[in-house]
Amino acid sequence: MNWVPSFFRRRQIYNELNEELRLHIEERVEQLKREGMSPAEAERRARVAFGNPSLIEERSREVWQWPTLESIQADVRFAFRQLRRSPGFTAAAVLTLALAIGANAVVFSVLNAFLLRPLPVARPESLYQLQHSYEASSYQSYPDYLDLRDRNHSFDSLMAFSADEVGLDSGKGDPTEIWIEDASGNYFDALGLQPYLGRFFHASDEHGADSAPDFVLSYEYWHAHFQDDRNVVGRVVRLNRHPFTILGVAPPDFNGTLLFFNPAGFVPLVEHPALAGNDLTTRGDRWVFDVIGYLKPGVTGGRAVADLNSIGSSLEKAYPKDERKMTFTLVRPSLYGDYLGRPVKAFLAGLMLLTMLILLAACANLGSLFAARAADRSREVALRLALGSTRKRILRALFTEAIVISLAGGAVGLGGSVFLLRALTAWRPFAGLPLHLAVNPDARVYLAALLLAIVSGVLFGAVPVRQVLHTNPYEVIKASGSRAGRRVSVRDLLLVTQIAICAVLVTSSLVAVRGLARSLHAHFGFELQHTMLAEADLGMAGYSGDRVPPMQKRMLRALETIPGVEAVGLADNVPFDPAIGNAMVFRDNSPDLLPVNTAAHAYSLHISPGYFRAAGTILLSGRDFSWQDDINSPRIAVVNAEFARRLFGSVGAALGHYYKLRDGTRIQVVGIAEDGKYYSLTEDPQPAQFLPILQSPMTGTTLVVRARPALGNASDLASAMRATLRQLDAGMPVVVETRFKPMEVTLFGPRMATVALGVLGLMGAMLSITGIFGMAGYAVSRRLRELGIRVALGAQQKEVLQAALGRAVKLLAFGSAAGLLLGLLATRILAHIVYQATPRDPLVLAGVVLAMALLGLVATWIPAQRALSIDPLVLLRED
Amino acid sequence: MPMQDTSSRDLFPGALEMMILESLRRQPAHGYALVQHIQQRSRNLLQVEEGSLYPALQRLLKAKLVKAEWGVSSTHRRVRTYQITSAGLRRLEEQRSSFERMFEGIALVLHPGKSPAS
Repeated sequence: MNWVPSFFRRRQIYNELNEELRLHIEERVEQLKREGMSPAEAERRARVAFGNPSLIEERSREVWQWPTLESIQADVRFAFRQLRRSPGFTAAAVLTLALAIGANAVVFSVLNAFLLRPLPVARPESLYQLQHSYEASSYQSYPDYLDLRDRNHSFDSLMAFSADEVGLDSGKGDPTEIWIEDASGNYFDALGLQPYLGRFFHASDEHGADSAPDFVLSYEYWHAHFQDDRNVVGRVVRLNRHPFTILGVAPPDFNGTLLFFNPAGFVPLVEHPALAGNDLTTRGDRWVFDVIGYLKPGVTGGRAVADLNSIGSSLEKAYPKDERKMTFTLVRPSLYGDYLGRPVKAFLAGLMLLTMLILLAACANLGSLFAARAADRSREVALRLALGSTRKRILRALFTEAIVISLAGGAVGLGGSVFLLRALTAWRPFAGLPLHLAVNPDARVYLAALLLAIVSGVLFGAVPVRQVLHTNPYEVIKASGSRAGRRVSVRDLLLVTQIAICAVLVTSSLVAVRGLARSLHAHFGFELQHTMLAEADLGMAGYSGDRVPPMQKRMLRALETIPGVEAVGLADNVPFDPAIGNAMVFRDNSPDLLPVNTAAHAYSLHISPGYFRAAGTILLSGRDFSWQDDINSPRIAVVNAEFARRLFGSVGAALGHYYKLRDGTRIQVVGIAEDGKYYSLTEDPQPAQFLPILQSPMTGTTLVVRARPALGNASDLASAMRATLRQLDAGMPVVVETRFKPMEVTLFGPRMATVALGVLGLMGAMLSITGIFGMAGYAVSRRLRELGIRVALGAQQKEVLQAALGRAVKLLAFGSAAGLLLGLLATRILAHIVYQATPRDPLVLAGVVLAMALLGLVATWIPAQRALSIDPLVLLRED
Repeated sequence: MPMQDTSSRDLFPGALEMMILESLRRQPAHGYALVQHIQQRSRNLLQVEEGSLYPALQRLLKAKLVKAEWGVSSTHRRVRTYQITSAGLRRLEEQRSSFERMFEGIALVLHPGKSPAS
């Protein structure tokens, strides 16, 4: 249909039509005048005979209209006119929807980025991760990976990778710490990737440990730190002081297969021994972080698992000393299988549900506003019906108004959410970790927002439909519409639901905030206040073997000399460092040291003398280590109370007794430390062992520095520590941070949950305020005359208020109570995410009640003022 | 102000168009003249709202069953004169026969027992 020219032709047709109709009436008038009628009478009669000219003109035009486009255009124009007449209503409605749709767009965009969007690799749908069937991890030893890769018949190519934090020295002599992925040689080829620049490494480049010192940069890192320099290819840089050749740059959108983790670059997996110290031959050392692969076409997941399990069981038989259980499940690799996949899915699904509820509440809200508006306009509607408009036409106009509002709201909301999402994408939540939240919206998000806008427009536009259909023009115009409301209307129900939703959100956000606040002030088996950490990896700095312990000792001594420092201790990793070690321990009488006989998996910290004092960990009994506890003296350990309970039955029974490590070392317990948290705030009491660092040297070095409370601020101490350590070795990368810093990773989830709930709670509160306000305001304005009569008859202020707002307050109380109850139930789920999130907290209960009361007060303030200021005289004069 | 519902304003779908075409077959006319003609011919039995002619005329124009031209009438008025086209003539014949058959059917139902053709 060539509607563009016909659009202009129609202009002319309409003009002609208009003139024709005018001429017709003119001719009739003249005819009547000729018959002797007065001009006025003739004019009137002519018009009666002709019928409604504008209606006829419209019908005539309709003939030419490209079906409905133009009448929609007319409706839209009409809607705009109507909306301009009530700017307050329009602004409130658009803003409400903007918030609700914006929230949905943000959550959906995150959900889309983490769960729906495929990885930018070949055939992402058949890429799977080999996860252990008994826990959400995929750790393997290198020999096991090789066996799985070479003996399976189900995968096209099994890839493996690990991640390392290394010191990158690009020649300027100032090493920076970066995270890299050590990937198997087949990695890039199997994923079907083409380099952006230079070339990748291949399976054929691997010839055993340290055989391929190649480095492929990620596009992002190259762009940010090599300034898009195309000459980097072939350049030699140093990683942990080993020379590596830059082969090329990975494609722009590829950041490894883990969504959260964006490495700065990739090196062959066979280089891992050089960078991190593990080797390629120990079957018991499961340092390979992840194994992924493409299912062969036609092979089902079940068959592949059976295939892998049979390889696993033959490995278990062949190497009983080294293997744990070797059974597998196949999971999606992008969130490291179920490890992040499950909580992220649960969290996002819950969040999506809540935001949908918010949108629903917003629709309920707007629906009642719309219904109120339609009721206020019932005279207008009746008039239009009487003048020959059809009900269909009026409904269409109403719906057009609703859709115009919802589209405007959707556009504003989407705009806001795009802004927020951009910020989220650019945000680097942790300084030391390459964690990105790439949640940029794409076409799917825009489509979803559009759909939500239209659906919500239809939803709230539908609320006044019945009202319009039942409008009887004569009735409405005769009586001026001051009917009393029904007992319980749909609108009341909507409002109660909405208030309940709001109360749920307010309750859970308060619980979350309280839990979070409490978790920052609790004692976790170490001191958080007045404590700084200095992290240095001596391996990265090139120290190894015998050179490590003396250097560590020198660092300790040096830091102790800083004025104001009370105590300094050293551990390979401190609690809440994600790299904290974990080891199998065995009872002394264990028949053999097979994994099945493990008494416990204990967190293992290798610490210097004085660590306990510096960290603030209380020794319950026994002794601390001394510098005499070295390789030449009997092996000893301090264990925590939980360790003692698990291995020896009780805390008292442990002291002086022995247990064994995996390698058979017999260790005597010389001290008992208090329990603490080691990995996450929500964990159950975990066993932990503390081993003297001189008896099992570690290159990982975290210095714990406790300052005297009265002394200066943290940044002064930090720079003093940095300067001191630089004096010892200027080439050693050091990170100085507060004790809180490493906990941020752990607190990230709870914080995000708290922020999300807080924002949603705030939005719910706003919606409830507008909802109650709308309902109370409408009630007052409808019953203005009745209230006026009451006042005239001598009603007291209290009685007026009760009459005007009683219903709104009752609904508020009912909704809040229901919401509070539901909210308390919901926080049981919350307790899994936020530490110490308990609803049994008088402050939370009081807070919710107070918040809801405040909300009611704010919402009913203006209507109440209006009800109280009723002047019966003015009111009665009006009619 | 007594108002009929819109549906009763039309005779039945197509009737007005057919009458217009028949009138124009006899001689071209402008809207006002057409209304006069139809009302006179029907001896004012058909109370057609004058204006309702125009949507019908537009439909006929769009279907190219009539064509229109601006001109000056015998009374020196500026008028838009409609003329039936050959397609219009064909349509009129078709409709006329189908209408006659319809009337026959209706008559049979309303007056059972009488033979229609007699």
